[in-house]
Amino acid sequence: MSRSDRGPSILRFAAPQNFYPLAGRLAPWFAGAAAVLTLAGLWLSFFVAPTDATQGEVYRVIFIHVPAAWMSMFVYLVMAFWSAVGLVMNTRLSFLMSQALAPTGAMFCVVALWTGALWGKPTWGTYWVWDARLTSQALLLFLYLGFIALTRAIEDPRRADRAGAIIALVGAVNVPVIYFSVKWWNTLHQGASVSLTKAPSMATTMLVGMLVMAVAAWAYTLAVVLWRVRPMILERERHTEWVGAELMREALRQGGRA
Amino acid sequence: MLSAFLAVLRRDLLLAWRGRADVLVTLAFFVIVVCLFPFGVGAETNLLRTIAPGVLWVAALLACLLSLHRLFAQDHGDGTLEQLLLSSEPAVLWVTAKVLAFWLTTGLPVVAVAPVLGMLLDLEQGAYPVLVISLALGTPILALLGAVGAALTLGLRGGGMLLALLVLPLFVPVLIFGAGAVEAELSGTGATAHLLLLGGGLAGALALAPWACAAALRVSTE
Repeated sequence: MSRSDRGPSILRFAAPQNFYPLAGRLAPWFAGAAAVLTLAGLWLSFFVAPTDATQGEVYRVIFIHVPAAWMSMFVYLVMAFWSAVGLVMNTRLSFLMSQALAPTGAMFCVVALWTGALWGKPTWGTYWVWDARLTSQALLLFLYLGFIALTRAIEDPRRADRAGAIIALVGAVNVPVIYFSVKWWNTLHQGASVSLTKAPSMATTMLVGMLVMAVAAWAYTLAVVLWRVRPMILERERHTEWVGAELMREALRQGGRA
Repeated sequence: MLSAFLAVLRRDLLLAWRGRADVLVTLAFFVIVVCLFPFGVGAETNLLRTIAPGVLWVAALLACLLSLHRLFAQDHGDGTLEQLLLSSEPAVLWVTAKVLAFWLTTGLPVVAVAPVLGMLLDLEQGAYPVLVISLALGTPILALLGAVGAALTLGLRGGGMLLALLVLPLFVPVLIFGAGAVEAELSGTGATAHLLLLGGGLAGALALAPWACAAALRVSTE
């Protein structure tokens, strides 16, 4: 088959009716991978990884904390990427992807802040310090909440998509500015009273445990986002024929099982 | 092109002049917020002197935030905005003119009044020039960033709160460097670095924000 007939095969999935079944097929695999990797990662982090010499057992929260913090930042980048693609290429699916990603990113932000507070209490003696990383993480959460609130507040889907994409891009441009300004502010104000100095060499099992958990977080994000985007696609495309056919098929399958 | 810029600027300034009360309300809000702090934290002179730069800056930021909805709302309501978008003049041009007019009518009065309020909080004499310069460089950035948020939330229910949630995280760097400039001057390290960064921020915002704002206005009115 020549390229001109169907276009590059991967771009076929930019069309919602092609992406919908693909997402349905892929999501369980990612969910399974997330479950297996989470179990493996938790086993590694709680039973295999050695006790930290200086922090004792409490350090083990990093196996959840660090992957969550990584994901919260990475998801925002992906969100901004899909927003840019949507604005440039005018693809409806891209906007849906960025809107499906936002709640997961916000969730990881909360997890990172929460576990950080739990770790901070025994280690620093306080749940919260105005440390550069904590503060910029909190601001990132506000950026997510702003994006979610804006896209939910606008009823016209076309306007909601585009307005959300613009604020996501404005936020992405500002994230480095916010990060460095907060870092500078913090060092000017209270010096290095609290620094997250890592042990110079991390035990290999610790590192492996953390990486496995990070990959698990990736798989979880992919699974959840694919599942979340499916009903969004149906809702947006509800006036089209293929959604009608899809719902009919679904109803038949449900009926056959019952 | 310049004539279109000047025409929009003149029109907005004239409208602001006819509705002088709105401008005065912004200014009164700024004054009242600053006056609330001594009631809240106690009237101890040393404490007030310490928090003065931050208080003045936060109050200026809130005054800007609360007047932002005025930027496009009226033009959106009477259809002027659509006419402007349909006109052949580049949207970036008149958006910049509108933001400039907005800053001249809300930012500039705040900058002018800030030293007087600094006296209320017993800010040291030497810090006044830096306070004024930092506000003069910083409040236009707030207006430019806020204009993007105002354009995105145009005509939405509960737009005010949403606008605050959207733009306040973006305002944080300006607040840090603005209040930081005054504090640096007070602590003797010199405010040059802060002021240069604010100036750089203003140049960056001036180059980027009108584009984002024009795109947002197109999205909100189509």
